[in-house]
Amino acid sequence: MSTAAEAELAIQAKATLAKGQGYWAGVFKRVRRDPVTLVCAGILLIMFLAILFAPLLAPHDPYQGSMIRRLRGLQTAGYPLGTDELGRDMVTRLLYGGRLSWFMGIVPVVLAFFIGTTLGVTAGYMGGKVNMMIMRTTDVFYAFPSVLLAVAISGALGAGIINAILALTLVFIPQIIRVAETVTQGVRNLDFVDAARSSGASGFTIVRVHVLGNVLGPIFVYATNLISVCMILASGLSFLGLGTKPPEPEWGLMLNTLRTAIYVQPWVAVLPGACIFVTSICFNLLSDGLRQAMDVKG
Amino acid sequence: MILYLIRRALYAIPIALAVGFVCFMLVQIAPGDPINAIVPPDAPGDVVEQVRRDYGLDKPLPVQFGLWLFKVVQGDLGRSLATGRSVWSDLSTAIGNTLMLACCASLVGFIMGCTLGGLAGTFRGTLLDRFATGIAVAGVSVPHYWLGMVMVVIFSVQLNWLPAMGAGPGGSSDWAWDWEHFQFLVLPTITLSVIPTGIVTRTVRGIVAEIMNQEFVVALRGKGLTTFQVFLHVVKNAAPNALAVIGLQLGYLMGGSILVETVFSWPGTGLLLNSAIFQRDLPVLQGTILVLAMFFVALNLIVDLIQAALDPRIKRA
Repeated sequence: MSTAAEAELAIQAKATLAKGQGYWAGVFKRVRRDPVTLVCAGILLIMFLAILFAPLLAPHDPYQGSMIRRLRGLQTAGYPLGTDELGRDMVTRLLYGGRLSWFMGIVPVVLAFFIGTTLGVTAGYMGGKVNMMIMRTTDVFYAFPSVLLAVAISGALGAGIINAILALTLVFIPQIIRVAETVTQGVRNLDFVDAARSSGASGFTIVRVHVLGNVLGPIFVYATNLISVCMILASGLSFLGLGTKPPEPEWGLMLNTLRTAIYVQPWVAVLPGACIFVTSICFNLLSDGLRQAMDVKG
Repeated sequence: MILYLIRRALYAIPIALAVGFVCFMLVQIAPGDPINAIVPPDAPGDVVEQVRRDYGLDKPLPVQFGLWLFKVVQGDLGRSLATGRSVWSDLSTAIGNTLMLACCASLVGFIMGCTLGGLAGTFRGTLLDRFATGIAVAGVSVPHYWLGMVMVVIFSVQLNWLPAMGAGPGGSSDWAWDWEHFQFLVLPTITLSVIPTGIVTRTVRGIVAEIMNQEFVVALRGKGLTTFQVFLHVVKNAAPNALAVIGLQLGYLMGGSILVETVFSWPGTGLLLNSAIFQRDLPVLQGTILVLAMFFVALNLIVDLIQAALDPRIKRA
């Protein structure tokens, strides 16, 4: 066999090596040196695994209650975190409840990320009338405080997980559009985009090859920050009775049903909220860490 | 300058119209016939048809929107399904209560946020900065309805210092400026002020830190001004942007207080919305959201105008 093939392999290896030491390696290096971000990522990972394997970890049945062991306190034998108002084990309920809370905290942001990025990049790249139509519609939704908009839409649609997710997605789309539009406009007039345009690349190709790679990072960082907000809003909707319906375990709904128990077992009653708080603050700090590591401005 | 102000004020009109349209659509997207939002479900068929004609619900959607808008502009928000009273009569008292709560919370958030943010921005990298940043992150990530419950557990259940819910002794909702009534305001205010405290701290810290890095601050120091005199210059430069953020917070709190009001049974718009949702009282839902959103639009406008008046750099934008 020839040396030419070997040389080619060597070049390829070098290229991957150079690529490996590029932007993402730098980001990874910076994240590794940031203890706060690492701890938050660790906590989130543990929580994620715990709720993922809830059926294996949970000591009791999440729906099976008992009237004789209602509202036990913390550190009860067999029930380390006590029982809720229907005598169901809190450890089990919290594990299972995390599934819906995480689902409802992440899915709307993911949906809004795709829809918002599409619309925002389109508006930012096309400019002109398209930009005006999209951005002025966004302004209208910005005229509502986000909690109010979420409550309004899911209140009109009625309770239910799907409706809550729909409402939250609608709340976050305009916010992502704005970020996407701003960063796209920043990239649009850079020299390499002009170069691509003058070499005859179509609009779609320019967006796919040159624009997306440069705008997805900032939008992604912004979206991780939104997960924290979405978690609080989603649980808030359930807290108002607009999200999940009983007996389904969900942190916000659990907080709502346990609200009457604060005079009997105050520290058991506030446990689901503490879970929401920890998740939300970890996503928030993780987002801050990513923003710094990826050197995103704004 | 004047031109900018007029342009900005005029721009609020289409936004207000569109916000009205979204509120109008709320009843349309609700499952079922919108007529069910007006007449009770047990009404006889011919009455339903009569009401449908009276309200113009047999007409096309744009015409309906026009008719609805015409009524709203005259202050007619319809009647509550649950109580039969006009929506506006319930709403007007509730708005006063919410406004009071939101103003108090904004004030607390403003003072706390400016103090913490200003200090953190001035002394960057110190322990104080870390503390303020920590408060800011916790403030924006805490589910405030949960914080409200924790407050009740600590200050009402365990210590028995403050009342847990309501807005006056014996469940009365007549307000008076004395301690008897004021103590009901303490816990909801603190709970609601956590979010603006976090956001204002973060913003003010950023603004102050940016200004402190500018050359004119070095020049002022070199001129021999005291730290306090330099600080006054920084405040002057930071004020317009900080005010904009703080002003909008009041609007967010007006709309966002629904959860806190539910926790403390505070008789404001949030509690009204909550009961409207439970009873599927769509006219009340629609009216409340419309008024709150319009308030937010107006506040946005006012903040922009004040900001433009304070900051001569804006008029060119």
